[in-house]
This record gives sequence, C-alpha cells and structure tokens, in this order.
Amino acid sequence: MSLHAVIEVNRSGFSLDIDLTVEAGETVAVLGPNGAGKTTLLRALAGLVPIAGRVELDGDVLDDSAVGRHVPTEERRVGIVFQDHVLFPHMTVLENVAFGLKRDRSRVARGWLDRSGLGDKAGVMPGELSGGQAQRVALLRTLVTEPRLLLLDEPLAALDVSVRAEVRRELSRQLAGFTGIRILVTHDPLEAIALADRLVVLEQGKVVQTGLPSEVTARPRSRFVADLAGVNLLRGTGKDDHIELDGGEVLAAPESGEGDVFAVIHPRAVALYLARPEGTPRNVWRARAEDLDLRGERLSLCRARGAVCLVRAARHPRHARRHRAPHRPGRLARGETPAAK
Amino acid sequence: MALAAAGLLLFLLPLAGLIARAPWNQVGTELVATETATALGLSLFCSLTATAVALVLGIPLALVLSRTTGTLRGVLRALTTLPMVLPPVVGGVALLLAFGRSGLIGSPLHQLFGLQIPFTTTAAVIAETFVAMPFLVIAVEGGLRSLDSRYEESARALGANSWKVFARVTLPLLRPAIFSGAVLCWARALGEFGATITFAGNLPGRTQTIPLAVYVALETRPDGAIVLSLILLAVSLAILIGLRDRWLGAP
Repeated sequence: MSLHAVIEVNRSGFSLDIDLTVEAGETVAVLGPNGAGKTTLLRALAGLVPIAGRVELDGDVLDDSAVGRHVPTEERRVGIVFQDHVLFPHMTVLENVAFGLKRDRSRVARGWLDRSGLGDKAGVMPGELSGGQAQRVALLRTLVTEPRLLLLDEPLAALDVSVRAEVRRELSRQLAGFTGIRILVTHDPLEAIALADRLVVLEQGKVVQTGLPSEVTARPRSRFVADLAGVNLLRGTGKDDHIELDGGEVLAAPESGEGDVFAVIHPRAVALYLARPEGTPRNVWRARAEDLDLRGERLSLCRARGAVCLVRAARHPRHARRHRAPHRPGRLARGETPAAK
Repeated sequence: MALAAAGLLLFLLPLAGLIARAPWNQVGTELVATETATALGLSLFCSLTATAVALVLGIPLALVLSRTTGTLRGVLRALTTLPMVLPPVVGGVALLLAFGRSGLIGSPLHQLFGLQIPFTTTAAVIAETFVAMPFLVIAVEGGLRSLDSRYEESARALGANSWKVFARVTLPLLRPAIFSGAVLCWARALGEFGATITFAGNLPGRTQTIPLAVYVALETRPDGAIVLSLILLAVSLAILIGLRDRWLGAP
C-alpha cells in the first residue's frame, strides 16, 4: 500500500503545487507556517476540494483530472481528524464512534472505547467531554472505519498544553497499531518530530524540504525550518527525577515521570564553557563543538560526545564567534529541562 | 422622549382597548359558539397543514438556496422572499390568476381532472403556505449557512452517502433553526387574511379562518370578534415568550 499524489490547487491568491509519495506504514508530518497550504493538501487528499492532478492510493486512482476521474469522499476509505474534534453534538460518544461502522456497530464501537479506556464515556454526549477526551473519541471514530489513509489536521493544536502530552501519547500508540498510511499536518515541530518518520516542509504551497526529522533539522533550508531546528528534542526513559537518554547519557529532570519521554531543551537554556562551570547548572556534559553553524543570527550547532546533539542559540554572531575553539573539548551546561512525556 | 412614548403608546393603546372591552364573562360561551369553534378548528387545520407543507417544500428549498452562489442565488432569494414584502392581497390575486378556473395551471387542472381550487379549503392552505413559507426558508437557510461544514465533511469521510449525511447529521443539527422557522411560519399562517380572502373567499366552515371571522363578526357580533382577537393575541404572546431566547434574548 502506498500513496502517490500530484496535486495542484489554484484559488484566488493561493496555489498549492505538490508531489508526494508515502509508503505503507509510514507517518509523514507535513510541517509549515500558517497559510502554507497544509490543510488544503489534506482536504484535497480526502476529496473535499477539486484538484488538478492525480491521486493514487493502494493502486486505486482516486483523482485523475486528465480523465475526469474523482472518487467522492465517502467512497475513498480515507479518514480525517480535524483540529477540534467535530464530534456530532447530538449523538452520544458511542453513536459517534459507531457512525462509520457498517455492521455489529454498537458492539464494535464499544470494544474500541473499552480498549482506549473510554468505555465509561459511551453514553455521554460530546459536550460533556474534556477537550482531550473528545479528541481521543474523534480519533477512534475515524480509526474504527479502518481507513487506508489517515489524515490528521493539527490534532493537538486546539488542546490545552496540560492535556496535549496525554493525547499525543495516545495518538502515538494508536498510530503504531494502525496499518494504513498516516499524514499529520502540524505547525508544531515538536509534534512532528515526536510522531513522524518523515517530515515534509511546506511553504507557500510548495515543498521546500523533505527527509528524516534529524536530516531536516540538521540542514535547514529555510527560515521556518531553521527556527524549528532550534528545538532540542531528546528521547529517553523517564525515571522519576532523571531521564535516561537513548544514547546512554543521564539528564537530571525533576518530575519527569516514568516510561517513554521526550525532553525538550530550549536552545537558550544551553550555555558553553571552556572549563567546568561553577555554580548551579544541573546538567553538565563534556562535549566537543563539532559544528558551528550560524543560521540567520541566532543558531549555533554543537555536538556533544555520545549520541546527544544539542542546539544552542547565539544571541549575537559576535557572541557566538567567541566560542570558536574548534576541536578543543569544552563543557556544555544546561539549565532548565522541561520534560514532555 | 415624548416621541418614543407616543410610539410606545401606539402599540399599547390598541392592546389596552382590546383587553378593556373584552367580555370576560362571555369568553366561555363565545368559545363554544358554533361559528367561533368552526373558525378556530378551520384555522388550526389550515395553519398546521400550511406549516407541514412549508416544512416539506421549504427545507429542500433552503438547502438549494444555501448551496447556490452568484446571480442565481440572488434571483432565488428574491423569489422566495417576495411573499414577505408583497401585499397579501396581491398575492391572493396572483394565486387566483395561477390556480383559478381560467388560470395558468387552474385551467388545465379543471379541464383534465375537473379540479377546482379557488374558494376551497385547499385554496386557504395554499394561500397561507404562499405567505408563510418564506419565514421558514429564511430561518433554515440561516441555520444552514452558520452550520460548520466540517460536520458534514466528517460524516462523508466516515463513509456516509449524501442521504445519510442529510438525515443523520445535517437535519438534526438544523433542528433549532427548523423549529423556530416553523413556529414563525405557523404564526404567520394563523393570522393570514389578505391572500386567503382574495383567493379562497370567506365561506364559513370551508375557508373562513379566525382573522376572516373576526372581520365579519365585528359588524354583527362585536363580542365574538373581541374573543377571537384575544385568542390570536394569546397565541402571539405565547410564541413571543416561547422564542424569547432566540429572538429577544440577544442585546
């Protein structure tokens, strides 16, 4: 199963021109600033906007403007989850989840709800759910129909920061168990890197960069990507007061919880010293500055020994130049560590 | 201030007059009087039937209206809202010329099937529908335009065909708009006078609805006219109170 899409959409003052191939089981994050055409791309794939071009999914031609072919949305087996759940307000949670099912509707829907820990909400109306619960139900409602292509339109953007992590975890788990193709649209780099195998960066209706998250962040090709490359995202295992990073390093981080976590380190929280610093930094790593790369005026890229790679913000180019001491081991100190589970 | 008070008085005085002159001790007897009861029953029948017809025809019309754009939309809108601004008598004349025995449609209907519409209860229903349906169409169309299209899009992506989307998503979400539209439509139909008397005549038991009965009774039995007027007033007040959140609540 794979998706091949060549899509052109022209509307007044806006055009989308994209060539996208996604392989089976892959999660692709379409990342880009507001107005880049991300949502239009999803709507085009869902068959909700007319396009010029060709969309082929799993060997089926869903759209081919050359021969006038257009398979209507309801026959595409393409699932779409919107930013704010869009649950049908006049139906219970169970009826919402059962909506797209053809047979044995109630039993199947209940099974999905139970497995997601939402079984006790079956009889509740959507208006009584919290934002996070509603979005989880919306995801279930789409997943039960076993779509071949799952389209997620900023699924976490409308949620409170406090519940976002919880829903992201659920989303991550559900995506892992889903066999179709997944396309996630977001303007949040964290979400993209946390959930996707591959990034597609979209700006003004065109793909400006594509590749593995690490490739894209390491070699940003536009201002938007350069900004998102400023995020230090470290994956590891939470051990309550510290995180064991996948590379073997240990990161002190109070209340980091248990299990699979992401640690987010803001570039401004990273400081460089030539000698072991005095004072308060909680995490001090000995590292080698491997790459000093000024993007615009604020980024320098340093590489610690081991697997940890940190980005540090240089407030001013001159300021950054002072650290230009290639291949001399220095020390890397970090202050605050907001941990994201 | 003085002008505002005068304006308010213009509304209040007639109401006060109606209530002051009401023969309260005769309300009971008037209500069971044959003429009153007949007019009341006929009015209820005609206005409810007209509302039902308006629902069946008006909702699809509102759907079409909400989905058209450009010039066509302007033309359709003007056509559907015309009865709201047209003097009802003109509407009645127009209906007569269309459905009358020598009318555009009335003539073939009469020749082929022997059907005669004017001056029947059917005519009264048609007249009321003609005048009242725009209220329903406008309300439902407004509801449709403010409906988040993503509900319907979600339903389609979940595999629902057009009919299922309409029946299970669009229609239930439109319920408040349909309800208030139907109530306004019914109120307008209940009070219809001009088009009815022109197109359907004033035949007791067949086309003489309450407003027509009031008009006639005012000459012969003023007390009966007042009681019937009070009934219509009560209905109007009840609707106003019932829909106050929707129509009067917003500042």
